[in-house]
Amino acid sequence: MIAGPSRTVRSLILLAPLLVFLIGFFIWPLFSMMSQSVSDTAVLRLLPRSAVVLPVWDRKSPPTVSMQTALMEDLKAVDDDQALGDMVRRLNSARSGFRTLISKTTSALGNTANPPADLVSIDKRWEKPEFWLAIADALSPLTDRNLLAAVDLGRNAAGDIEHLPADQSVNRVILVRTFWIAALVTFFCACIGFPYAMIAASLDGWKRDLMLAAVLLPLWTSLLVRTAAWFILLQEQGLINDLLRWIGVIDAPLPLIFNRTGVIIAMTHVLLPFMVLPIYSVLITIPKNLMPAAASLGAHPLRAFLRVLLPLSLRGVASGSLLVFISAIGYYITPALIGGPGDQMISSIIAFYATGSANWGMAGALGVVLLVATLLLYSVYARLSAEEPGRR
Amino acid sequence: MKTIMKSGILAAAAVVLSVSLVAPVFARDLTVVSWGGNYQDAQRNIYFKPFSEKTGKPVLDESWDGGIGVIQSKVKAGAPNWDAVQVEAEELALGCADGLYEKIDWDKMGGKDKFLDSAVNDCGVGAIVWSTAIAYDGDKLKEGPASWADFWNVEKFPGKRSLRKGPKYTLEFALLADGVSKDELYDVLSTEEGVARAFKKLDELKPNIVWWESGAQPLQFLASGEVAMASAYNGRITGINRSEGKNFKVVFPGSIYAVDSWVVLKDAENKDAAQDFIAFASLPENQAKLPEFVAYGLPNKEAAAQVPAEFAKDLPTDAANMTDSISLNVDFWIDNAETLTQRFNAWLAQ
Repeated sequence: MIAGPSRTVRSLILLAPLLVFLIGFFIWPLFSMMSQSVSDTAVLRLLPRSAVVLPVWDRKSPPTVSMQTALMEDLKAVDDDQALGDMVRRLNSARSGFRTLISKTTSALGNTANPPADLVSIDKRWEKPEFWLAIADALSPLTDRNLLAAVDLGRNAAGDIEHLPADQSVNRVILVRTFWIAALVTFFCACIGFPYAMIAASLDGWKRDLMLAAVLLPLWTSLLVRTAAWFILLQEQGLINDLLRWIGVIDAPLPLIFNRTGVIIAMTHVLLPFMVLPIYSVLITIPKNLMPAAASLGAHPLRAFLRVLLPLSLRGVASGSLLVFISAIGYYITPALIGGPGDQMISSIIAFYATGSANWGMAGALGVVLLVATLLLYSVYARLSAEEPGRR
Repeated sequence: MKTIMKSGILAAAAVVLSVSLVAPVFARDLTVVSWGGNYQDAQRNIYFKPFSEKTGKPVLDESWDGGIGVIQSKVKAGAPNWDAVQVEAEELALGCADGLYEKIDWDKMGGKDKFLDSAVNDCGVGAIVWSTAIAYDGDKLKEGPASWADFWNVEKFPGKRSLRKGPKYTLEFALLADGVSKDELYDVLSTEEGVARAFKKLDELKPNIVWWESGAQPLQFLASGEVAMASAYNGRITGINRSEGKNFKVVFPGSIYAVDSWVVLKDAENKDAAQDFIAFASLPENQAKLPEFVAYGLPNKEAAAQVPAEFAKDLPTDAANMTDSISLNVDFWIDNAETLTQRFNAWLAQ
């Protein structure tokens, strides 16, 4: 029959917008981000002659004449400013000073009336092996340096992996902090969201609508607006502190802003809908007569809750927690505005590399680390939730 | 199977085609990007609106907080959605070296000799000379700080401090507070010991610092009493005093000044209109209106001469304010920004 294939075709056409969207806005960016973190062609594609000469250098002694000539030839051949910019950024990121060094060198090489004899005569820094080492280490098309640096590791001169010095090690601390804050927020969301969803599910009519609207309305308000509102509420001369002082509970203002407390309060509020809604949707499917049935069999209300309602609603709690946790680890604005320096999460570091220094390799590598951690957590969740039916 | 794939590809192509057919209908208006807050309000009144009236076309304005990565990603993606952007000195140097900006048509601007030397660049026209200085509320602190050493002195001046988050300015201010003279500042900072010394000095103040990222924040912190003093862009301080009747003070000794420039993003849709706009914003009669609203120095020499004395005394370019202030070393920061930011972030996280 023709009905079969033509139906497939039709459904494929229906799916096409989704597929195009997924490929264009999800798979392709994800792939290019991951490839950015390991690809390292910025230097290699502009310095083909140096790539031939540099590998035979002993990595210790001052640069030889052939190395200098090769680099000079390479730099003279560059005609694409943006490609040169990528190369300089890559080199300066490995060794500070390349910015001014290369711009000084290229403008000296451009001076055809009075061509320089060698690089050292342009700038003394070219005598130092460090600068040549940075170039030599940037000549392989694939690199693990970004991924290693994302977890505070690096390679030493001999090529062995070792810890970066303490004054450059920040990512691991911040990654741990990111997961810790996300876990705390998830915990508080569950503590508030579960009772809230239970009450909402037990009501009906306008009361239920009102409770749901109270959750949904903030969800439709911009994140920035809600964060700014918390800023006004939490600050030292803010509503909360003024009110507490007016009642006479406290004498000095409580430190609620620019610290962990403020971040947790604001993030819990912002993410609460993602906890309440999944739990609520599970709770309303649970037959209302289960609790009376448990009571008729002699169960204490607490026991009935623990043995009947809680296990049945756990799936909602689990998916709510997963939603909240995964949203929370990517948070940027709220910690930036409400938090202190000790509360910045990994997104702010990614943002620095992406927008501040245009080092997309590092931004991508940190993104990959975050992605891998999230996938690991998700697989744990998937395994836990898959086991449940078997136990019953 | 072949037909399925074919029709799938056709359908995908149809979607892409319809999207791309619709898009060019909305030609973008000239988009000018600056630094927000009361500074951009002033620019809107004296540059954006009059230019739009003159040309009869709308001018859109957006604001940003800097970052060469923002510019780079817009230009590399092709067809950037910004045209004229006001950038800081390092972004000018980095972007110009990397080919992210159009070359400036200096004939249109009235010639290079009309401007201060530091405001002339192949890729940019100076927009303002601005300072980062200590600011405090004169109503709350009768006897205010006079130097960065005072800024660090939390016993004499209790209360929190606010600084711009990042190593730039922060390290310089720490060294000044530690007694380094302004002439030796960048020599000291260029050494490993100097950087360590700056961080050590910052350790002292660390528990009392609230970091800001956008230029309007330190004003809010001062106004709400969250901090006792802050580093701030000098023009905004004078601006808020005039517009909201505040009594905020600017401490010029030890302040660091730099030139912000207008640039045109490479291959921007309205690049010609953007050059016209920059020329318009650089006209002496237009530029001279700025100091009344925000106290930034003017790079157009003729404009600077036209500023009334009552406003001129608040400008970073005023001779009295210049004496003990420092010029930002752009070369130092384009070389060291990434390493020092990494170190700064590690220091913050400790």
